[in-house]
Amino acid sequence: MTTIELGMPAEGPIADAIARSLETQGEKQTTLKAKDLKTDQEVRWCPGCGDYVILNAVQSFLPSLGIAREDMVIVSGIGCSSRFPYYMNTYGVHSIHGRAPAIATGLAASRPDLSVWVVTGDGDALSIGGNHLIHTLRRNVNLTILLFNNRIYGLTKGQYSPTSEVGKVTKSTPMGSLDHPFNPVSLAIGADATFVGRAMDSDRKGLTDVLRQAAEHQGTALVEIYQNCNIFNDGAFDLLKDPTTGVQWSIPLVHGKPLVFGPDGASCVVRDESGGLRVAETAQVDADDIVVHDATREDPSYAFALSRLSSQDLRYTPMGVFRAVQKPTYDRMMADQVEEARTSSPADLTGLLAGSDTWTVGA
Amino acid sequence: MTTTDPSVGTDTAGGSAPFVKSVVELDRVVIRLAGDSGDGMQLTGNRFTSETASFGNDLSTLPNFPAEIRAPTGTLPGVSSFQLHFADHDIMTPGDAPDVLVAMNPAALKANLSDLPGGGLLIVDADEFTPRNLAKVGYATNPLEDDSLDGWQLVSVPLTSMTLDALADSGLGKKEAERSKNMFTLGLLSWMYHRPTEGTVRFLERQFRRKPEIAAANIAAFRAGYNYGETTEAFAVSYEIKPALMAPGRYRNISGNQALSLGLVAAGQRSGLPVFLGAYPITPASDILHELSRHKSFGVRTFQAEDEIAGIGAALGASFGGALGVTTTSGPGVSLKSETIGLAVMTELPLVIVDVQRGGPSTGLPTKTEQSDLLQAMFGRNGEAPLPVIAPRSPADCFDAALEAARIALTYRTPVVLLSDGYLANGAEPWQIPDVEDLPDLRVQFATEPNGATPDGTPEFLPYLRDPETLARPWAVPGTAGMQHRIGGLEKADKTGNISYDPANHDLMTRLRQAKVDGIAASIGPTDVDDPVGPDGRTASVAVIGWGSTYGPIGAACRRIRRSGRSVAQIHLRHLNPFPADLGEVLRRYDRVVCPEMNLGQLSMLLRAKYLVDVQSHTQVRGLPFRAAELAAAVQDVIDSTSGAPLAADPAGGAE
Repeated sequence: MTTIELGMPAEGPIADAIARSLETQGEKQTTLKAKDLKTDQEVRWCPGCGDYVILNAVQSFLPSLGIAREDMVIVSGIGCSSRFPYYMNTYGVHSIHGRAPAIATGLAASRPDLSVWVVTGDGDALSIGGNHLIHTLRRNVNLTILLFNNRIYGLTKGQYSPTSEVGKVTKSTPMGSLDHPFNPVSLAIGADATFVGRAMDSDRKGLTDVLRQAAEHQGTALVEIYQNCNIFNDGAFDLLKDPTTGVQWSIPLVHGKPLVFGPDGASCVVRDESGGLRVAETAQVDADDIVVHDATREDPSYAFALSRLSSQDLRYTPMGVFRAVQKPTYDRMMADQVEEARTSSPADLTGLLAGSDTWTVGA
Repeated sequence: MTTTDPSVGTDTAGGSAPFVKSVVELDRVVIRLAGDSGDGMQLTGNRFTSETASFGNDLSTLPNFPAEIRAPTGTLPGVSSFQLHFADHDIMTPGDAPDVLVAMNPAALKANLSDLPGGGLLIVDADEFTPRNLAKVGYATNPLEDDSLDGWQLVSVPLTSMTLDALADSGLGKKEAERSKNMFTLGLLSWMYHRPTEGTVRFLERQFRRKPEIAAANIAAFRAGYNYGETTEAFAVSYEIKPALMAPGRYRNISGNQALSLGLVAAGQRSGLPVFLGAYPITPASDILHELSRHKSFGVRTFQAEDEIAGIGAALGASFGGALGVTTTSGPGVSLKSETIGLAVMTELPLVIVDVQRGGPSTGLPTKTEQSDLLQAMFGRNGEAPLPVIAPRSPADCFDAALEAARIALTYRTPVVLLSDGYLANGAEPWQIPDVEDLPDLRVQFATEPNGATPDGTPEFLPYLRDPETLARPWAVPGTAGMQHRIGGLEKADKTGNISYDPANHDLMTRLRQAKVDGIAASIGPTDVDDPVGPDGRTASVAVIGWGSTYGPIGAACRRIRRSGRSVAQIHLRHLNPFPADLGEVLRRYDRVVCPEMNLGQLSMLLRAKYLVDVQSHTQVRGLPFRAAELAAAVQDVIDSTSGAPLAADPAGGAE
């Protein structure tokens, strides 16, 4: 079990307030149980919603990080998934449609001593908030983004989303949608995200595994979680959940292991002639030609090629961690600049107000 | 104007006999420098301003430049100008019209000549009046030669070629050397008005410390211009404007955007909180981002966001974390931020929103001034979303306004809109540097202990349990143990802050949010009224009310009116929401109330709606400040129609 070390807040009123609270509350409680993270608020998702499964998985897994409740902040946007913070006994902000990454950026950049999480959905993150998502990813602020992808607008009652497949018949597209969808993983890798993973709501073990790696990652981590909306898009991921077809079409990503999958390992991933990747029959290729998964590769084109194995109908869906590379985080670099400035020229307000050109009028 | 102390010019050119130069004493002068956007007029103006400030004159400036960075050379849209008014007494505006116009090319002459009163001094760079440049702006003949400028004192000087001569040995190419002609001009003006020159030399050395040859060339051109003034027969007179009588103290020259930035740094220091600025570049607010990004040693973090929405979002996120969150923008940016401002109203977190107003609507006039965002600041959100609005009255006052915005935001846990404008942002004036100890104490108390209990007696934190006096909610920052809570844009239940759709609760919370903002009036003091007893022993029956940057022109207009023997009251508002508690009563004291605004009557609409007072709106939206003389004439008409006995004196004449 890994615990995550958070730094201390800078000296000042914030650090003082935290110290005062610990005088009355005792030491920071970093050994938590799932129930410690539950709130008294009634959970109001539709019965059978995939969000319940994710909430339970998160509440069960978070204590293993060894972070006190008060040091965690969950920021969400608008949508079904964005109600998440209300059900977590941490600090939380249920903000505005699409803007959670921006709000979380300001918080994480000014308070590197916190563990900041963003909970968002496919409409929230990829449609109205698409701009914030890509810029947050490229900046590499220390955040973990959970993107619940149900490929539909649920809270507004069933319009197609930016991840819905072409031709989807919904209330707003009675003759079928015309938009080509985003692949969220491709988008994130295109934005040079340092950590990108994908998991399934119902796969507790797989989900927990990806979430843990995401939480331990320094920088912006994006986890796409396939989530079933049993009201407006039921069965969207059945192809991957069904024991028979799931094995056939899912590609489990394990760092350092060859990309072999399917019943009896019948399928594998090899390089194709044009420099990308393709699926082949394991029996038809040299074992040496099978690609060994390396999530730490600096060049994002490999992870991108992996993400492009999928088609809109989910046939061949890599699951797991696509990319996990180390780069300096925005919040750390910002704190370093502040420190460097303080060291080279200590704060002198009197001197600042006076500037370099003054004159004096005598009495 | 009196001629005093004739002095002998030193003739370093040799040959001609020494001639007598006289020194004329003036009480004030308005100079306008006009040239192509690439001619460095803003830099020249700023340097002349600094020299004038360090000499001890009172001053006020009006930079005026196009939105295009470099419009085609020599064309009318490319003309950039800088007007400086300086005096031996305290003044309030950059001056209605220049006494001296310096035109660096035919376009600058054509664009500005109509503002120069007959008989005014006109200095032009003769070298630039080529057939090609004349044709570009539609001059059929050269105005320097066709007598069309007979109505002014024309001094035609070959500024460009003299600069090139002065830099003949500098090793610079012709094009590069030519660029120093603005420094030659500055040197000439520095001689004409007896300005100290050391500051400019130091500035040029500092500015070009990595390019010593450029520094040397500019300094050489500057000195050559000064010496030319001293020796030439083209200028027989130089002028002296004695230092102004100012309150004892230490002064500096400061622009509105600079003052505002320093006010925000000071607010961080006086509250002890880190300042976090989330901003997206936009004219005319970007200089605040630039300035604040230089002050990291004060714990100031600046975040250049991907857009206006992310700028304010990040600032609000930082506020949730315990920082003083700030976002700076102009009107179009406020439009984009309005949803997040609504979230700040709902979550009741401190946030300072600076709107440096410019001409609108839409992209409008990005580099020109206007005050047409007042109603947007007041009402530009969905739902009942009240927030405090304040405005600075002069460039230096932006410092105090920033501190006041921070005070209200931190005390009342609310977003605050600070309405500056393009004229305040870029204009400059002397500022008496305050003592740090005299600045307001802005320390806050974060919540660290439960303030309530559940029905079974367990202590709990109620994030919406209000302070009975201010109605502010407690501010508990992440990291504080036992205070975990969730906030957001959905309606909050009173006290607990849980989601609530209860009709009675929504009604209560809507009224509480309004009452909190209204209650700020208790902390702001009575209305600021300037109503001196007139020569007839009576106070005024007409009041002029304004807000923001119109303070200077309205004040100057009131001085003119009072000099004409009439009485007039000036009321100027720092707080636009809430108004001072006594404002309605104050307005009702006067027979007539006139409200000049650079919009179509936004404050007057608010005053009429709130107090049922018949406020008379006087408006203009030209992208420029009011002219004091025009304002004085308009107000005089109101006074005379009220008193029924017009006085003879013409308030439009005379100085400030």
